Formats: sequence, structure tokens, C-alpha cells
Amino acid sequence: MTTFLGLPSVGQAPARSSPGVGHLQGSESFPTAARRALGDTQLRSNIGRATTTIRGKRARVVGEVPDWEELREAGRTLKAATMSRLPELLAQLEEQVTAQGGTVHWARDAAEANAIVTALVQATGASEVVKVKSMATQEIGLNEALEAAGIDAWETDLAELIVQLGHDLPSHILVPAIHRNRSEIREIFRREMPGLGTELPPDLTDEPRELAMTARRHLRRTFLRAQVAISGANFAVAETGTLSVVESEGNGRMCLTLPKTLITVMGIEKLVPTWQDLEVFLQLLPRSSTGERMNPYTSMWTGVTPGDGPQEFHLVLLDNGRTAVLADEVGREALHCIRCSACLNVCPVYERTGGHAYGSVYPGPIGAVLSPQLTGMTGDAVNDSLPYASSLCGACYDVCPVKIDIPSILVELRAQHVETAARASRLPTPEAAAMKAAAVAMTSPVRWRLAQRASRLGRLLARGSRTGTAGERRIRSLPPPLSAWTGTRDLPEPPAETFRERWAREGRA
Amino acid sequence: MRIALFVTCLADTLFPAVPQATVTLLERLGHEVVFPAAQTCCGQMHVNTGYQGDALAVVRHHVDVFEGCEVVVAPSGSCVGSVRHQHARVARRAGDEALAQRAEAVAARTYELSELLVDVLGVEDVGASFPHRVTYHPTCHSLRMLRVDDKPLRLLRQVRGMELVELPQAESCCGFGGTFALKNADTSTAMLADKMRHVVGTGAEVCTAGDSSCLMHIGGGLSRMQTGVRTLHLAEILAATDDPVAGVAGETVPVGVVR
Repeated sequence: MTTFLGLPSVGQAPARSSPGVGHLQGSESFPTAARRALGDTQLRSNIGRATTTIRGKRARVVGEVPDWEELREAGRTLKAATMSRLPELLAQLEEQVTAQGGTVHWARDAAEANAIVTALVQATGASEVVKVKSMATQEIGLNEALEAAGIDAWETDLAELIVQLGHDLPSHILVPAIHRNRSEIREIFRREMPGLGTELPPDLTDEPRELAMTARRHLRRTFLRAQVAISGANFAVAETGTLSVVESEGNGRMCLTLPKTLITVMGIEKLVPTWQDLEVFLQLLPRSSTGERMNPYTSMWTGVTPGDGPQEFHLVLLDNGRTAVLADEVGREALHCIRCSACLNVCPVYERTGGHAYGSVYPGPIGAVLSPQLTGMTGDAVNDSLPYASSLCGACYDVCPVKIDIPSILVELRAQHVETAARASRLPTPEAAAMKAAAVAMTSPVRWRLAQRASRLGRLLARGSRTGTAGERRIRSLPPPLSAWTGTRDLPEPPAETFRERWAREGRA
Repeated sequence: MRIALFVTCLADTLFPAVPQATVTLLERLGHEVVFPAAQTCCGQMHVNTGYQGDALAVVRHHVDVFEGCEVVVAPSGSCVGSVRHQHARVARRAGDEALAQRAEAVAARTYELSELLVDVLGVEDVGASFPHRVTYHPTCHSLRMLRVDDKPLRLLRQVRGMELVELPQAESCCGFGGTFALKNADTSTAMLADKMRHVVGTGAEVCTAGDSSCLMHIGGGLSRMQTGVRTLHLAEILAATDDPVAGVAGETVPVGVVR
């Protein structure tokens, strides 16, 4: 399952993301992090409320589109076609951007990308940059890298600003501060903004408009001052060299038009072949992400235009594990993601744990398939737990605007994880041994009948913990690993006779 | 019609009343039910837990057992979902194209109970009677893998004496997810808590669904919390009549008497 993609500057087997750089892997496994998040009642209420609202909004505006399914299929097909000839399209993009006066840089991983951007900022002599909301720069930990070089990076997206001022991490792709409610936001502003030179009215309330106006005052001074802006990209058009950022606030447009220098960091999977292809994605994205019919601020720029906008433009093309993902026949579909976050908003797991439990800037169902592929799975890495962070309910697949079959990728990654773990250790895990035993029983009717009979031993294991009346007895407590079930749920006691035993007893054929 | 019952390993072992009800129902509708005795399991647990190598042998066994059957029915959306959406994939992943094609042929003749009744047998009123207040939970795999849509509800609406109450946020997963319920027990329980809250809120006596696995989860929680709400499989409600022995109208029997 390897495909040589011929990417510039990549000679050997595709590498994974830079270990220890950026935010693709947390410090504890999903079940551990989730347990703590589940106990945070404020978080549960904030996220439950927000996801329910966005979910409803999305469903309403998607329901209005008569050809939604055809649009999804078009989006899926375009992405698959793009991925199948990514190397040549990337070369075309580089050629076009260069021809239009931009400079293209290739970054193998997060460390390389951070070094390129830092050097570019340093070359301008600036000591601060303004940032457009960007997943790619969060992924590589660019803000930390700039800070280490003595450069202040100011997030200008309202939610990213809240996260940054709160010394927090984003917990959602689209709404990074979804875990905060408005009174928490007011407290963050009151605590942080005065120290950055923005005086706050003493009677500041938690009315959304008042909070937004306060952020606006705070940001406006920064926009007018900044000489360098850093953005991500939603799309890049290979045939024209055009870059595009899709946002709702206009703060992105401020960054993209006011400073002298613009540096865009973009994952290599973000490009589309032609200008016309955008018509599909610009219909799919706003309805899926914010539940809007049309996106409010869609900025597009092609290289440099004398006398208009940034006079210096750099495009940093980021791999950071993407080529390795592309080489996986099943997993590569995760690269089709257009970062709408619809899958987060419908996910019953995300809705209850929030985004931080995933330990990556890409949380939720798409994060559960993307993060472990970008970092690679070792058999016992923290991200190895992510493919299991799903009940496989399929709600994510239903809403995905480009029809990424997330459940099937999760199942494939589980298989890869099990196979990796088996190669890494000579002794099978207790789980692997149990699964092997079950498979042996399930391939022979005789052995299967014996196994069923053995399940009645559950009565012995459950000694003293049975409840209910004859014929409907329930088990309340079992030893590990089944204690994970009986901790919160009863289990029916195996009946005296299985279906097949009765069928045989009654002499039926 | 001669219908082969795919009992599912869970119902066979822990919920034999469910396949029994399936047999009672189909025979009452005039069909012949056969039980291929060599059957065991669809292998979904192996596939979904990452053990596709082990699953391959289980899939092959399932295909061997059901290959000769004209029509196969299972009282489970999830197990039929596995047969239809996973079996061929497991075979292809292992490079066994011949098995994949045989699995696809079996899958094309395998139906979940409500699909068989409504789509194949063309019946919505199965002559059931169940004078209780009931709410229906559409299980994820029947809803989103098989797209059974409102077929179970169409069947339930025809049941005499039954008051069917709508379950709020019905389409949300109950948190079972196979080994997910063990590996992520805390998150699973949080999902279950919301499902139980909605079930109890309906005031229903019975929560029904098309999957014994999801019902084991929801029922396990309802029982632990001593809610007094019980779970019954769709097949058990559809099999229930006023009098299972004589068919005397007007006389009701206790819940789920189909044994």
C-alpha cells in the first residue's frame, strides 16, 4: 500500500509529522482525557448547547438545497480526482504563484514550516504579526515558534483571540472557543485586554454585541499597526495560482489586505484544479460549517498586485505527514476534508467530551481519522486511542459535504493499530487472545455451542450480584474487563437455553 | 416463502426470545422459517475492534452457511449492516476477491426484519396487538447503514392497542458501539444517560428497537437506574397478539408473551 507521489524535496518513504512539534497529539489517551472532560459540567453545557444550535441551523439550510446530494458527490469526486494527481497540480500551483509574483516554499514538516515562516518574518524586520484563523498554523505550533524567536503573533479571529487571551487551546475547527460561554469570555477580556493596552468599560456586560465591539476596538489598533500577516488557506486554484480564505468576520480580510507582507501556510491537500471547481465547494462549505447560505467574507488573491494589498506574498506548502496519508488507500480520503466541522457538531462523542480530549487541533470524527494518520500509529502512542473514540454511529458520514466515509476509515485504522501492536510485541495482548479464541469458536458450530454453554459461567462470575426475578435475572457486577460494562449498566443473565438449543430440542430442522 | 433465520450470536446466546418471536411472526404470516444450524456470528465485533484477520475466517464461515439460502433475515440492523457493508471489504482487504463476491451475493439476499416485512413481503399490518405505551429508538446502523427509514414505525403504527410515543432526539446514538462501551465506558455512559433521560421522559412503559445489542445497552442502564421502563425488541412486539394460543380477540396477555 505505498504510492510514490514524486513531491518536490521528498525522496524516501513519506514521513509523518514532526514529533513533538505542533499540536497533533496530546499527552494522554482519549479515554483518560475524556473522563476528565465529562466531569466538567460547564463544558458539557456550553458544548451541548452550541453544537445543538449549529446542528439545527445546518440541517435547515442544507434541507433547502434540492441538489445537495449531487453537490456532495461532486465535491467527493473533485477531491478524489485532485488527490490522484496531486504532484502535478502542486507543481502547476507553484508555477502560477511564482508567475504572479509570489514565492513558494516547500515544508516537509512542522519544524521546517516554522523555520521558513520565522525567517521570512525576521527578514522584514517586524517584531509582530497578525494572524487569520488558520488550522495549519495551529497544527504546526507556529505561534510558539514565533514567540521563541521574539515575534508576537496576534490572533484576529474573535474565537481564536478568546482562546489566545485565555492561554487556552482551540477545541473546535470552526468555533475554537466553543467550550467557553459569554460570561467566561467577558472574564477573559477583563483579565487580559488592559495589559495589552485596551481599556475596558467598567460596566462591560456579557452581551455578545458589547463583547464583539470590545474585541473590535482591541483588534483595530493591531490591524493598522501590523506589517506582516500570516494566514492559512481554504483553497488554492492550481490553474490560476489563486489563494482563498473563507471567513465570517472580516478580520481575515483586514489581515489579507492591510499589511505589506502576507505569508500563507497551506496543507498540500487544499488545492483544487480549476477556478470553476470552487463553485462546488463554496456552496458546500458555508451551509455545512456555519449554517449560512453564502459565506460572508470570501477573500481571493493571486500573487501580488502593484499598489493594491500586500506587496510581498509567500506561500508555504506544508506536508507534515500528508504524503503518508495519501499513500494509504483507505485513509487518504481523510485528506478530502474542507474543515467545515459538521462532523464535530453531529458527533455524539464530541458533543459530550468536547475537543480537548482528542489532544489535537483536529478534534471530533475527522480528527480521529486525520490526527493518528498524520502522526503515525506506533502500537501504543497516545493517538492510537483516537480511532476507537467513536461508537461508529455514522452521523459524521451523513453530514460530510465531501462524503468522507469516516466510519470505514476508523475501522481500517483500528485494524492497522492492532496489526502494528501485534508486530511490536511477541506476546498477544489479552484482548487479541480473546478475539482469537472467539474467532476459533465462531468458525465451528460445535465449538460455538461449547462457548455458549461456557457463557453461562457468567452466573458464577457474577456471584452475589444478581437481581430481578426468575427468567429475567440481571447481573450487576462482573470482574474486569467486563466491569467497564457493569460499572454503569446491568447485563442480562445468560438464559438456561439458547435459541439453537430450543430449536434442536423441539426437533425442528 | 422459505426464509432462513440468521439468529445473530448475541440474540442466540442472551436474548433467545427475540429470534423466537421472529419465527412466530413469520410463521403466523404463512412463511416457512429454516435455521441453518452451523451458523455462528457475522464477525462484526472482530472487524470493529480491529481484528480483521480473525474476522476473515468468521466471514467465510458465514458465507459458507448462508450461500445456499434464497432469503435470509436477521432481527438486527447492525448484523445485517455488517453483512452488507463489511463482509466484502474484509475479504478484499485480505486479497480474497472470490470470497468478496460470494459475500456480496449473500448480502444481497440478507434483510433486516423490518426490511423483509415491508420491502420483500409487502406487509405493514402483521396482526399484532400490544396494549402498552411504547417509544421507538431507531438504531444507528438500521438508520444510517441500512436506511430502513420509517419502516419499523410503519409496522408499529399498525399494532392494535399500542400507544406509540415519539422519542426526542431519537436519532442520537445510545452509546453502545460494541467494544466502544468498554473501551470508552465513560463517554458511552454519558451518551446512555441522555438516551435514558429521553426514554423516561416519554412516559413509555417499553422502549423498543430493531437491535438486541442497543437494547441490551439501553435496558442495562434503565434497569440499573431502576426506572421501571423495560426494553423489548421490535420482533417481540410484532409477534405479540391478543391470545397467542387461540387468537381470542379482546383479551390481552402480559408484555412479550411469545415464548
